[in-house]
Amino acid sequence: MKRFRPIALLGTACIAALMPVSMSAAEIVVDARQYPGPAWSPYLVGALLGVLSWLTFYFSDKPIGASSFYATLAGMIGKLVAKKHTESLAYYKTNPPVADWEFAFVIAAVGGAFIAAFSGGELTGQWLPPMWEARFGEGTLGLRAAVAIFGGMSMAFGARLAGGCTSGHGISGTLQLSVGSWIAVVCFFIGGIAVAMLLFAQ
Amino acid sequence: MVDPGKIVRTSNVADRPAVEKGGRILSALIFGLCFGFLLQKGGVGKYHVLIGQLLLQDFTVVKVMLTAIVVGMIGIFTLHRFAQVNLHIKPTRIGSNIIGGLIFGAGFALIGYCPGTVAAALGQGNYDGLFAMAGLVIGSFVYAEFSKTLKATVEKWGDKGKLMLPEALHISRAVFIPFFVLLLVGVLVGLARFTVR
Repeated sequence: MKRFRPIALLGTACIAALMPVSMSAAEIVVDARQYPGPAWSPYLVGALLGVLSWLTFYFSDKPIGASSFYATLAGMIGKLVAKKHTESLAYYKTNPPVADWEFAFVIAAVGGAFIAAFSGGELTGQWLPPMWEARFGEGTLGLRAAVAIFGGMSMAFGARLAGGCTSGHGISGTLQLSVGSWIAVVCFFIGGIAVAMLLFAQ
Repeated sequence: MVDPGKIVRTSNVADRPAVEKGGRILSALIFGLCFGFLLQKGGVGKYHVLIGQLLLQDFTVVKVMLTAIVVGMIGIFTLHRFAQVNLHIKPTRIGSNIIGGLIFGAGFALIGYCPGTVAAALGQGNYDGLFAMAGLVIGSFVYAEFSKTLKATVEKWGDKGKLMLPEALHISRAVFIPFFVLLLVGVLVGLARFTVR
């Protein structure tokens, strides 16, 4: 019986989250596929990301991850503003905010994406994504800023609580067959699908 | 059980600590560059690709992730079998995995990027990624503020330690991994067959 409790918990969460989805799924009018897709095959990119994970494990003894970058940056800023208070927080006691492997990794990723977009003629240089404009209207930068900042806050809070993000749990944790990572990534998508359906239902 | 990878790698690291440290930052930069490059080429720095996945219109994200998981899993467990790498298993905490996961998902839909792909989005010129990054920094600090309470409550619910699927199901890794790889490849074949993008 004890072994089935997590499954029952997850099942309940699924049903609760999918109710608004099923009610609103029919009313979505914006189609993501009218905008350009990926430059390379998703299978090729996925396979190369898998190979990249071999390399980071072998050469750096590190799994690919991204979300702790923001926690480290937040701690570094926190130390500038209120050093004693920041250092007293439980999270920063176990994870001191110093620029580490993942910090350099995420900063370099911005550069890598620039090279990819530049080489493929895909540089956008835009403040509002076209699909956002199609749903929420042109010139809605204020709304976009508010939604993205609030979304970022809940995403980071959720990532720290869950113990990782779409990279750390979603790729590195799942490929190592961690039970918690598979639970987390399923919940990322349940929460994401439910809220996206509500946002884009018209 | 003794982790065969750990013994070998630890002794390697101890032999050349200075080289290891210098090489680490350089390796982080090189691998990070590759990571961002691949995310952009995979289209997952694009708002409509990520939102399209959450609206179940565009399955690029799941295709990229599942292929990375299959290829990564085969390589990492082979390297681990021959004691070439350490595993880095995150602890399973069912309560915080579910609650944190759902909160993360809500944020995912609001932003349209995730912590890694927002770096790719910014790199390709989606400046709205800056707002998301600001939010991510603030949210991380909010978590830290409450971390003492959370660690004592939510993060204790269903704490199973470093639990892996084969152990949870009482199947040996050598049997579970090939079976699981076949299952995931089956899902990928199904996606390729039945989805437009």
